[in-house]
Parts: sequence; C-alpha cells; structure tokens
Amino acid sequence: MAGQDSDHALVVENLSVAYPLKGRDRAGARRRLLAVDDVSFAIPRGTTLGIVGESGSGKTTAAMAAARLVPHSGGTIHLDGEDFGALDAAALRRARQRVQIIFQDPYSSLNPRLRAAEIVREPMLYAGRTDRAEQERIIDELFEAVGLRPEQKSLFPHQFSGGQRQRIGIARALSTRPSLIICDEPVSALDVAVQAQILNLLKSLQRQFDLTYLFISHDLGVVQHMCDEIAVMYMGKFMEQASRDSFFAAPGHPYSRALLDAVPSIEAVDRPRPPLLDGAVPDLSEPQTGCRFASRCPHALPRCENEVPVLADATGAEGHHRLACHRADDIGPAASG
Amino acid sequence: MAAPLLEVRDLGVRFTTRDGQVTVLDDVSFTLERGERISFVGESGCGKSMTALALMGLLPAMGQVSGGMINFKGEDLVTASESRMRQIRGNEISMIFQEPMTSLNPVFTIGRQIAEVLQLHRGLDRRAALARAIDLLEAVRIPNAAARIDDYPHQLSGGQRQRVMIAIALACEPEILIADEPTTALDVTVQAEIFALLRDLGAKLETAIILITHDMGAVAQMAERMLVMYAGRRVEEGRVADIIKASAHPYTRGLISCVPHITADATRRLDRLPEIDGIVPPITSFGRDACLFAPRCGRASEACHGGRPAQAEVAGHKAHSVACWHPHDGGA
Repeated sequence: MAGQDSDHALVVENLSVAYPLKGRDRAGARRRLLAVDDVSFAIPRGTTLGIVGESGSGKTTAAMAAARLVPHSGGTIHLDGEDFGALDAAALRRARQRVQIIFQDPYSSLNPRLRAAEIVREPMLYAGRTDRAEQERIIDELFEAVGLRPEQKSLFPHQFSGGQRQRIGIARALSTRPSLIICDEPVSALDVAVQAQILNLLKSLQRQFDLTYLFISHDLGVVQHMCDEIAVMYMGKFMEQASRDSFFAAPGHPYSRALLDAVPSIEAVDRPRPPLLDGAVPDLSEPQTGCRFASRCPHALPRCENEVPVLADATGAEGHHRLACHRADDIGPAASG
Repeated sequence: MAAPLLEVRDLGVRFTTRDGQVTVLDDVSFTLERGERISFVGESGCGKSMTALALMGLLPAMGQVSGGMINFKGEDLVTASESRMRQIRGNEISMIFQEPMTSLNPVFTIGRQIAEVLQLHRGLDRRAALARAIDLLEAVRIPNAAARIDDYPHQLSGGQRQRVMIAIALACEPEILIADEPTTALDVTVQAEIFALLRDLGAKLETAIILITHDMGAVAQMAERMLVMYAGRRVEEGRVADIIKASAHPYTRGLISCVPHITADATRRLDRLPEIDGIVPPITSFGRDACLFAPRCGRASEACHGGRPAQAEVAGHKAHSVACWHPHDGGA
C-alpha cells in the first residue's frame, strides 16, 4: 500500500487511537485505553469498504480518526495521495470539506431551525464556496439526485419523514463533492422498508458521482449488499480483511463466523442453531498479551493468550484475504450460511 | 379441541384527537395457544405495539377499545376492571420492551426490582423474594447472580439489562410474555443469546410468546406463526415456514425481499434491492373502506381502492389467510 497511490481515495496505515486514563500502570507508564490498535486499510476510488463489528469494537472511532475528527496517536492518513494526517489546524480546516459523514440518526443530525436548502448549503459556506448561483445550481442538482422535490427546499426538518430526512443528510454530505464519505450506520435508525430505499439511493449516487464510501455497520446483510471489501473489527483490531466475495464464501476468523452465525436468517427456519459465544471481553486499559478474542473463542490454545496474532494472508484464499488468527490453518476456511 | 389460551376477535381501537376520532386498530383477530410463539410483523405505525398494549390494558389515555373482545382463559379483558387488570399484568401476562435501560428504575437495585413483582403478586416476604430473585438471575444466565442482585442498572451491559427485564417478566411464570422489539438496541451476538434464552424459558414454563418485530430473520428464528399487520389491520396470517416460502400478500413479499439477506454465494449480487415505495400512511387515513396498502402496491387495481378486502384462506393452505384483492398464488 503506497501512501501516494492516487487510485485510492483513502490510505490509512498503522492507525491507532489511544485515550488517556487516570493513574499509572505497574511499569509506571500513564494508563491509556487503546480504542484502535494498528489498523491499516485503503479504499480505491469509487468503491466501498465496510467495517463491521459489535458496539465498542472501535469501528466508528477508526473512521472518525481517519477523518481527523478524533485525534490519532499513531499512523498515517493519506487522502487523494496527500498527507491528510499531517495537516496543521489551518490547512485541516480547508481540507475538511473533502471528508463528509452521513449519520445514523436523521432526527438529531439535522439543524431543526434551518430549511432543507440551507442545510445542504451550509457545508459549501464553510468550505468558502460563496458563489450564490453556483450554490443554487448544486442544491437543485442534489435535491433531484436524492429524490426530493424542488418545492421541499423551503421546508424544515420536522416536515419530513425519517427517510426523507436521511435524503437531506445525504445531499448535505455530497454538496462539497468530497473525496470520501463516511456512512455511519446510515440505515439502522430507519424503518425496514425505507432502509431499502436509502441503500438503493446510496448505490445509485455512487455510480452517478463516482463516490467512495467508508461504510460502518453491524448488519452483515447490509454490508454484503453494499461493500466491495470487508474488515471485521473486534476490540480495536482488525480480525479479518477480505474482498466481499472471498469473505462471504469462506469467512476464516472464528469471530467472523460467530458474527455470521448470530444473524437470524429467513433460510434458517429449521436450521440447527449454532453454539453461542461465551466468555468475557478483555479490558483494553491493560496491555494485551494475546489475541483479544481468545477469551471467547472455541478454538483458543495457550498460544492464543500469549502471542498477539498478526494480520497475514490466508492460505489458499482466492484474491485478497487476510486473517489475524493463530489457528486459521488448523480450523480451515468454512462455508457460511 | 380445548379453547385457546387467548382469543382476540375483531379488536378495534380508536384515538380521540383534536381533529376527532381516528381508527388505530381495525378488526384485528388472532388466537394464541398455550406455549405457542407468534410474531407480529410490520413497519412502525402499523399497530403491532398498540395491539400488545390493548392486551395489557395499557392503551394511552386518548385511546379506547371501540369494539371486539379479548378472551383470555374465558375472561373478556376488554370489560375487565382496572383492579383485575392490575392482578393480570406482570403476573399472567407480562411484557418486555425495546430499551432495557429506560424500562428499569435507575435508583433501585436489580434484586429489589425483581423481588417487587414477587412480593406484590405472590405475597412472598422480602427475604424469600430476594432468594427467588437470585434463582431467576441464574435462570436468565447472569453469572455470579448472588453478588449481582445488589447491582444497579447502570452497572450492567445492555444485554444483561434485558436479561433482568426477562427475569422480572417471567418471575411469576406468566401464561403470556409480550416481547416488543426486545433486541433492537442490542448487538447481533447478544440478540442470539436473548432469543435462545426466551425460547428455552418459554418452553420450560409453557409461556406463550408474542414477539413484535420488523425483522423477518428474527421471526424465522423465534416464532411458529406470524401475523403481518399494515395500517392497523391484519393483512396476512399463517405458519412462519409457509409465509416465508410463499407469502400471499404483496406487503409481506415486500417486507421479506427488501432486506438484504446474507448469502454464502457472494457472486450473486443484487444491484438494487426490491423496494416498497412510499411510507405507512398517517393514522388519520386508517379505517377507510379500501385496501390501505393499495397506494404502495404494484398489483393494485380499482377494486383495491374501492373496498376493503376480507380475510380469506389461501387456497389449499389451512391456517394461512390473507386480506388482498390480488394475492400472490400460495403455491408460487
């Protein structure tokens, strides 16, 4: 992964986020919580990377750190080949327009006192795009692209349904033509039938405007539908990282399989139910000596508790597929579903 | 055949609003056998939760039952007194909710909140109730239960709080447990644990379970029968396996196909998910003599806008019924 690669919208290498805690550990160093620990990924322009994991896994923190909305404690971030991670405050302010976010909750993420058109205009104002006619042209184009009618421009957020509000949020994210859009659980707060409408919209906009998405979700069905590449995150670490096809054809990490098994399926009416995950999650304020998943893993050996597994190419996998598991070769790839 | 545990027939509920009376539930009927698991499915605002609240006698102040009956073990709950309903709630019919944090009282220990139910309904003294609370915490698989009864809700994770809610709901071994989107706020791995717990305890106590959800996957995993609701009406009812294999109502088909389901064959890639156009109509337009789904339906004809379809058996399928002028072929 070359940091200057211009085919990639985003290249993140060895990203870490540490939060300081009170007190010192036995060795006398300041205690800190490693929320994101040495994570690397690259997103080719026009494609979608999905990060999946349970709540608390660090998936949102990793994305926010890549957008420099949360300070990172280590690693590099390149946006369009430029060193985004090293920008100083003034340069960062100018560059912010190139990363936009679509939030989970369309009720709390729109300013209730602004009309829809002004919500979409706001990022352009902050980005210094002051040509009023140009703003109007972009607003009109985006309203049409996200499926809102022109006369709705002058309405306030409370006059829209949840799905329509999410459409306003999407138009807002597109208004500065960003290099990267972070979709943070963009449909989980929406009604089931509206979710499909918004997912279809995100896909057609991606084709229309050649958008690059970093897609955060806990819903593996949505991720399979939306993403070209998948990263499975657990307790701040990537456990598995693979192309969509390779991941769902042969999920290799025991945690990935547990996640997939836990998803209720309409094809599973008479299926025997898989074993459930047991065990406690590790305390990330302590230094980790082994695999973070070892305490819950049905395949764990003593080695798993004493040696941190590194993300390495999976044996026999087609295409790009990496695993962080000492036992990947012993337990072999499994078919999902 | 013995009478069912619960029989709801032609249940109607109205709200009194500033603009007059609006229909919220419109002739909803279903039965529930002892120990059976049924699911109410549909989008928000279709009357799933309102049906549950009507069973519990907990309709909001502006709502009232406008017709029909709720026959529970030979007693009509529609006409039951408030003091009788207080005896039933939490004792014979209990309920758990979507958000386990807001359902628990933050200033009392969980042991005390479980014990309260037993003191109230079973007349246990405080010490016996607390001892029983420990058993219940063990039954919902909270480790080290004896030490945890002195914990406050904020000391528990979301999944553990929902287990405590289940312990409270099952404390009196009720005949019916209503679970209203019990796992929406939880991780998928925790959801699997909660479902397993509900199935196991339901079977052990012979408690019938009503699961309210919009997730067809959850229905497939949890329920034997389902009742699909739209705009305050029952639109399809039948065995879960039958409906997933061959749903008759276009709305049910839409609910099943608009969700991306995981497949092992990842090369099969849908470019677009099938959509159900539009949204659920506002309740002010409920109750009309028409199919209320017609404006969103690809199969709608003039008949659909002109009259309400009756609930009819799907040809050749017993116990599978649909309210639609142009149902899909049951065998397709």
